[in-house]
Amino acid sequence: MQVSMTVNGNTVSEDVEARTLLVHFIREQLLLTGTHVGCETSYCGACTVHVNGEAIKSCTMLAVQADGAEITTIEGLAEGDELHPVQEGFWERHGLQCGYCTPGMIMSGVALLADNPSPTEAEIRHGIEGNLCRCTGYHNIVRSIEYAAAKMRGETPPPAEWEEASA
Amino acid sequence: MYPREFDYLAVGSIDEAVSALAANPGAKVMSGGMSLIPMMKLRLLSPETVVDIGRVAGLDQIEDKGDHISIGALVRHAAVAASPILAEHAKALTQAASWTGDRQVRTRGTLAGALAHADLAADSPAAVLALGATMVAQGPGGTREIAAGEFFVDTLTSALSLDEILIEVRIPKKGGASAYDKLGRRGGHSDYAVAGAAAWVAMDGGTVSDCAVALTGVGTKPQLALGVMEALTGNAGDTVAAAAERATEGVTVLEDLYGSEEYKAHLAKVYVRRALEQAIA
Amino acid sequence: MSTTSVLGGVVKRREDPALIQGKGLYVDDVKLPGMLYAAFVRSPFAHARINSIDTAAALAMDGVRAVYTIDDVRHLGPLLAQLPVGKQRPLLADGMVNHAGEAVAMIVADSPYVAQDAVELVDVDYEPLAAIVDLKEAASDAALVHDDLESNTIIAWAGHEWWAGVIPGKDGSAEIEAAKQRDDVVIVSQEMVNQRLIPTAIEPRSVVADWNTGYDRITLYSSSQIIHAVAAAVAKTFGLPTNAVHGIAPEVGGGFGCKLNVYVDEILTCFASKDLDRPVKFTETRREAAVSTIQGRGWIGTATIVGTNDGEILGYEFDGIADMGAYSQNITIAIPLLGVYVAQGQYDIPLSFNIKGVHTHTMTTDAYRGAGRPEAAYYIERIVDIYARKIGMDPAEVRRKNYFKKEQFPATTAIGLTMDSGDYEKSLDAMLEGVGWSDLLAERDQAQAAGRHVGIGLSSYVEVCGFGPSILAEFGFSFDGYGAPSAFTGTGLVRVNTDGSATVIIGTGPSGQGHETAWAQIVADGLGIPMEHVTVLHGDTKESPFGVGTFGSRSIAVDGAAAYGATAEVRTKAAAIAAHLLEASADDIRFEDGSAHVAGSPDKAVSWADIAKAAHRPHMLPEGMAGGLEAVNYFDPPNATWPFGTHLAMVEVDPETGNFDILRYVTVDDCGNVVNPMIVDGQVHGGITQGVAQAVLEEAIYDQDGNLLTPSLMDYPIPTASDVPSFELHRTVTPTDVNPLGVKGIGEAGTIGSAQTIVNAVVDALAPLGVEHIEMPLRPRRVWQAIQDAKGA
Repeated sequence: MQVSMTVNGNTVSEDVEARTLLVHFIREQLLLTGTHVGCETSYCGACTVHVNGEAIKSCTMLAVQADGAEITTIEGLAEGDELHPVQEGFWERHGLQCGYCTPGMIMSGVALLADNPSPTEAEIRHGIEGNLCRCTGYHNIVRSIEYAAAKMRGETPPPAEWEEASA
Repeated sequence: MYPREFDYLAVGSIDEAVSALAANPGAKVMSGGMSLIPMMKLRLLSPETVVDIGRVAGLDQIEDKGDHISIGALVRHAAVAASPILAEHAKALTQAASWTGDRQVRTRGTLAGALAHADLAADSPAAVLALGATMVAQGPGGTREIAAGEFFVDTLTSALSLDEILIEVRIPKKGGASAYDKLGRRGGHSDYAVAGAAAWVAMDGGTVSDCAVALTGVGTKPQLALGVMEALTGNAGDTVAAAAERATEGVTVLEDLYGSEEYKAHLAKVYVRRALEQAIA
Repeated sequence: MSTTSVLGGVVKRREDPALIQGKGLYVDDVKLPGMLYAAFVRSPFAHARINSIDTAAALAMDGVRAVYTIDDVRHLGPLLAQLPVGKQRPLLADGMVNHAGEAVAMIVADSPYVAQDAVELVDVDYEPLAAIVDLKEAASDAALVHDDLESNTIIAWAGHEWWAGVIPGKDGSAEIEAAKQRDDVVIVSQEMVNQRLIPTAIEPRSVVADWNTGYDRITLYSSSQIIHAVAAAVAKTFGLPTNAVHGIAPEVGGGFGCKLNVYVDEILTCFASKDLDRPVKFTETRREAAVSTIQGRGWIGTATIVGTNDGEILGYEFDGIADMGAYSQNITIAIPLLGVYVAQGQYDIPLSFNIKGVHTHTMTTDAYRGAGRPEAAYYIERIVDIYARKIGMDPAEVRRKNYFKKEQFPATTAIGLTMDSGDYEKSLDAMLEGVGWSDLLAERDQAQAAGRHVGIGLSSYVEVCGFGPSILAEFGFSFDGYGAPSAFTGTGLVRVNTDGSATVIIGTGPSGQGHETAWAQIVADGLGIPMEHVTVLHGDTKESPFGVGTFGSRSIAVDGAAAYGATAEVRTKAAAIAAHLLEASADDIRFEDGSAHVAGSPDKAVSWADIAKAAHRPHMLPEGMAGGLEAVNYFDPPNATWPFGTHLAMVEVDPETGNFDILRYVTVDDCGNVVNPMIVDGQVHGGITQGVAQAVLEEAIYDQDGNLLTPSLMDYPIPTASDVPSFELHRTVTPTDVNPLGVKGIGEAGTIGSAQTIVNAVVDALAPLGVEHIEMPLRPRRVWQAIQDAKGA
């Protein structure tokens, strides 16, 4: 079947099988491999992308369902050389280790902050339940999203714990 | 991870979808796909045809219809959870929706899809049961209304026939107050319910004039706790704990990885009581 | 050290820019021209005879290139293992299947979708047989897992004789027996399960094999922690020299031990690539990962303490069984031994420790984060807690009373090992002062008096990691089973390039530990050049001398030390060159801010670019000095390192449901000197979470027929962000002298200290109800049941 969509601002048109999952379409046909696959039961969230501005799991959507949609993947998040504040937060606050869950986690973080610019820690944790990380214990992921939230509100992010420790 | 082959039909209207179902025995309806696609990836389910109603216009509305609130077939869990009018008239449902799946699943998954899937441990079914919702189904013979109490037939089986589609959920505005509470499979409120209960209560002074209580996760299907309802109706609000003791009357309690029969029966009572207390408070 | 030291400070990770932009390369991202995709037909039975395999329908399918069974690959022998004790795994099932999920046939097709379709067309005629899953049943030998072995028990480790008598350990049994006879002692004993876990790196394992039959060379991408060993194993299997296999482990999406192994798919994709003359990829699905990638833990054992009424422990004994699964893989049988190493915890007490490993009809077990040490820490720290409660003594003081004392270091353990450095009281005191111990206990007591079930759990731990010295290779600490007879030495190559920048090539196999950043810190600091001028390469067997890989929290203490050593060698030569160029004495050369100058004369300087240029133009060098500016160092640590620490958790239980919340989680870790505190903290966070996960959530559940009931993330719940709190971390620093950096290791410490901390806390919360022990994971159903049982008792 023929599908057309906008991916990271580019219009793409491809032939797919009906059963092709959106994540496989993005990875194998568009060669955007920043979106990852970590499970098959829609639990891990490594495949999270934005479809029409909303964070969704691209392993639980058929490519044909996304026909006509506007899609943003991790590769389309930064504006040129300028990182998105959530990307910056993950770098500044050590929000990643192996990096495999990171693209999905960042895409979820961006969507979360779009809905709620000032989330509490509990709201952040609830908001990223659909993204599993095995490395960080989430501690620094929460700090990363808090950093980005402050930045996006135009505030100075709270100091890093290691900065506090040395202060 | 890789579904079997199937034919995909994206329909523009429910009429078209109903015709497609009639023409393709073995077809499955898909709205958000949150239940269907994982099962297809695991090859536990392999429909020959998938009828996608996701693009049908006008089904994504939550509307105040005077005596009831209408929830269209394509209304997402996230929209249910965030709806002020549902928060006012159907708190149990907004709570259930906010604890369903995770953020991404709530973004794509629909209330109607989850109800039609009829998972025995899903959250929303308990809420619509307690709220006395009416399901509107459309099939080749037109539409029909199904009371929530008649809708959940068995594990993963609803009252919908194979050629019918759940097009609307109607929540009556019958006053009173409601609540949903559960123990999730991960502990706390996360994940499917080990046991959960929704309660709707109408008070007349200190007396419970009417109530409905439903369970999920405990038995073979989401179902009303009729014993509790009988025990509580017409009695004072402070008899909740005693009424909750009848939570599993008529319920076949199932043991699973998350609890023994004894434990789940116990949890049923606990969460019935908690849901009732929250509804009354 | 230069004045602009970056060693010991927070430096943002250089790994991150690629990873946060989706530009990191993982194996499943590799796409080669003409690449084919493999999928496996897997056994639905845990134990069955295979009467026949009919592959015709699958082969006839469009897009299917090959279907292989054991008949195609039997000549390659079984899957190699470093310690091939017990039964080795056949590359594909050979007449029998011995665990559910065992690979029976391999499909190679044009796409993964088609490959999966073809899997369903292979018709295998199985004759199901009774499965042995229960550890005690297996240990009884009432029935055999493998008919051709004499016993299901394939290894028995007695603590005092672990090293064939070369290091004489002390058998404490007689002393403990004597203590038991005294009439003034307390004896506490508890059987406990340390349940099976599924490691669950978020990146499923993936392999791409490309056998160029013209050159007879293989390029092998694999998401491995030990790419050199994998490459060696492939070479040995196919009779090629080691350097005919170019192993590449690009970004590895988490390992935790499950990628510290060699797998049949790594061999079989190579075989298929040669046979079909095409690159072949295999990426496991999550459900496959659950049944075909190694699992961890799986012990049952009884811990016993004999002690006085005032808290002096007179002996600790342990008798247990460890589940080896159906086949031995890499170091399956050695995992319990790693537990033996730290069996006595931080306590200077008589020890009798016995554990045997048995085959069962389940997936193989091997190293999972901590590997034997979390199990050992769990048993000793649970039973010490039970003992403290029995004698009514403060659990902190019981621990303190029995610690190895600071002045005893280097201390000798009961089994004869020497612990490098330690100050356990300092760690305990840092914890007690940090949390305000007496106030915290009062807070708990008040809460309990008010009817809340609040509890506090404490655990000490000692870890052993960064294994050495190289003589251990004679006793199995090697990869010679894979054809790579290296000891677990460190490898660091430092090369100053012609422009004065430096390239560091390391033998580790990081999967998120930040090696590129940490090694750049070490080398930049040693050479006095900016970090941006240092490039760190890893995970490539063509670039690097033999690298042991990343496991056992060894990387910084062993390979980091090698990079440090190589840096020092380069620096020495660079000083000689600079001295020659500046007509000064090498002793007077100082490196700072990217250049070398003469002490006291900052103007008399040459840049690293000048030095590099001279190094590559030998005529500019001192008489007799060879060209080039590089050094490779193979670091042989004189001993392992022994990190230690103290963990504390505060929980509140809802006794009505058994659900509980972790209110606080506090650690004091000591991993010696720290290269990058930010990275160390991150390792601790992740480590704690995996230990908490074992305590609270995770369990690989097999039914009596050997079916894994928890193969997906739906049934095997690894923690989400809502399942753990923010952590409070503290640190003490007790350097080691076994490496020049004074560093120990931190990758596994969090996991080793945490599971028992949570259990101790929950039991503490429920002690007023009479609860003494609850088996992990502390799912609400178990906690609730323990309360009911205590009520009924």
